[in-house]
Amino acid sequence: MTLDATTYAELREIAGRYPQPRSGLLPMLHLVQSVEGRVTAEGIEACAEILELSAADVSGVATFYTMYKRRAVGDYHVGVCTNTLCAVMGGDVIFERLKEHLGIGNDETTEDGAITLEHIECNAACDYAPVMTVNWEFMDNMDPSSATQLVDDLRAGKEVRSTRGPRICTWREAERVIAGFPDDLVDEGPAAGAPSLVGLKIAREQGWKAPEGDK
Amino acid sequence: MTDTLTPVLSDNWDADKPWTRASYERSGGYEALKQALGMQPDELIQLVKDSGLRGRGGAGFPTGMKWGFIPQDNPKPKYLVVNADESEPGTCKDIPLMLASPHTLLEGVIISSYAIRAHTAFIYVRGEVLHVIRRLHAAVREAYDAGHLGKDIHGSGYDLDVVVHAGAGAYICGEETALLDSLEGRRGQPRLRPPFPAVAGLYASPTVINNVESIASVPSIVRNGAAWFASMGTERSKGMTLYSLSGHVTNPGQFEAPLGITLRELLKLAGGVRDGHRLKFWTPGGSSTPILTDEHLDVPLDYEGVGKAGSMLGTKALQIFDETVCVVRATLRWTEFYKHESCGKCTPCREGTWWLVQVLARLEKGEGSPEDLDTLLDQCDNILGRSFCALADGAASPIMSSLQYFRDEYLAHLEVGGCPFDPVASTVFATAGASA
Repeated sequence: MTLDATTYAELREIAGRYPQPRSGLLPMLHLVQSVEGRVTAEGIEACAEILELSAADVSGVATFYTMYKRRAVGDYHVGVCTNTLCAVMGGDVIFERLKEHLGIGNDETTEDGAITLEHIECNAACDYAPVMTVNWEFMDNMDPSSATQLVDDLRAGKEVRSTRGPRICTWREAERVIAGFPDDLVDEGPAAGAPSLVGLKIAREQGWKAPEGDK
Repeated sequence: MTDTLTPVLSDNWDADKPWTRASYERSGGYEALKQALGMQPDELIQLVKDSGLRGRGGAGFPTGMKWGFIPQDNPKPKYLVVNADESEPGTCKDIPLMLASPHTLLEGVIISSYAIRAHTAFIYVRGEVLHVIRRLHAAVREAYDAGHLGKDIHGSGYDLDVVVHAGAGAYICGEETALLDSLEGRRGQPRLRPPFPAVAGLYASPTVINNVESIASVPSIVRNGAAWFASMGTERSKGMTLYSLSGHVTNPGQFEAPLGITLRELLKLAGGVRDGHRLKFWTPGGSSTPILTDEHLDVPLDYEGVGKAGSMLGTKALQIFDETVCVVRATLRWTEFYKHESCGKCTPCREGTWWLVQVLARLEKGEGSPEDLDTLLDQCDNILGRSFCALADGAASPIMSSLQYFRDEYLAHLEVGGCPFDPVASTVFATAGASA
């Protein structure tokens, strides 16, 4: 695959958002992934050319961050949090079950190109443990059976919705949003899940409030 | 007497579509911006100083003082950078805030930028939270449309642009100088200080870096006054804050309370430790803060109280573990995390975290010797305080504190030749009979 003129223009547009163009490198690499399905040598060369850096400089950055993938990612990147809290709450069991169910290991993709499985670090949703992600959308309060159902639904092409977000798009579409080209899904999904509101709900029931302002 | 819970930041999270500008403005949003633009920037800095607001990202440094360090006679541009790279294990407050009410943060960004005289601000959000990124982008777009951003904001003559910048997966970028390197398009590796970012930060220009919750607290201070903010909390830890309870509690979640509430009170609100179990250990503010035990239920959760108990308030991420959890397993997993996330710049951290994993993994399998416990402490001693940033210090915290409180549990692994705990017992589905 080759990067076309549109992609080059969008890469330049990203660099143009910043006082110094190099600041655009991280989102530019996300855009490369959205077009190429991974960080390719060609994508690295394109970023290097636009930012007037060496390919080695860009490679050095691309290999530092875990969201950048050297191998092709499936349509659905499925993450299972196995940091301590999620792990003991069930993340370890879920991850083992999914490896077995999908017949793949960590950071591997199913043969049909649908699912890439990865154990991830804390994704800032600990009050919803055990937490999974699909293309970086939250899938909260998971267990082994809901996890296997989730990947089965994704492989069957059924519509899947994040528990705190919209319907799941593809990994490439997600990477485009992360690169700073939003889609139209912002108003889908709730403002918050129940755990985010648990304290607020008690405050409402008890009539508890912050003090009145002093001016 | 202040109420037990004091929702301010979370007060509109149950409103209809609170992420939209219309909803935010219905609940009084952007009124503080108009007030602030009628004040002198230095008055705003003084206001935030007087409020006693301290950084909510973990370190607790006074926010107004940080702003005051910006040398206004420096001819270079000034920058505000919001640290929205929430990644500290257990920490889960900024993500729900930005998902539900991104305009609260954005209004804070505009006021804070005006105060420090920045004309460009960045929100560095971690890349792995797609819907939050969407909502931030939409909020920024709406703010431009309403004239809250851009040129000559509401006729004040003040210009501001805000860039939402997504990261790419690296815990270390939550460290402020690593974040700056990352925002400059480099590997996220911490810088040696001094110079501090206030003097030479982004593009070697004066830069303020604040946590999401700190910046999001600013509009409420402008609207209600410094004395109002300081009327909540304790003597040196002022204001309301988000406490995040996770793990083995009946109703985990966010609780916005004045600083100084205790875990005993919070657990009561959360319905207690899950049914039939008891508290074993907990982190007060993420995995980098030394663990505490059931002896510490009445410690005031403010900067001083938790410090006096031998830990740190950190991000107020209270991870609760009951008696089914093996402390050695928990510590090993955190240590593997620090090893994975070490950026590799400083040798004590890069090599030390690797060795910590080796020793802990052997102990967890029951294959080590009692001398390994002293070796671990010796390794921690050679890592703690010997690197550019605090990642390595964080790695030492769970090990040193778990050895302090649960040394016998480490030894029990050696006695039985393995882990004496059933890993399924700690899962949320243990009672449902599910297992791998």
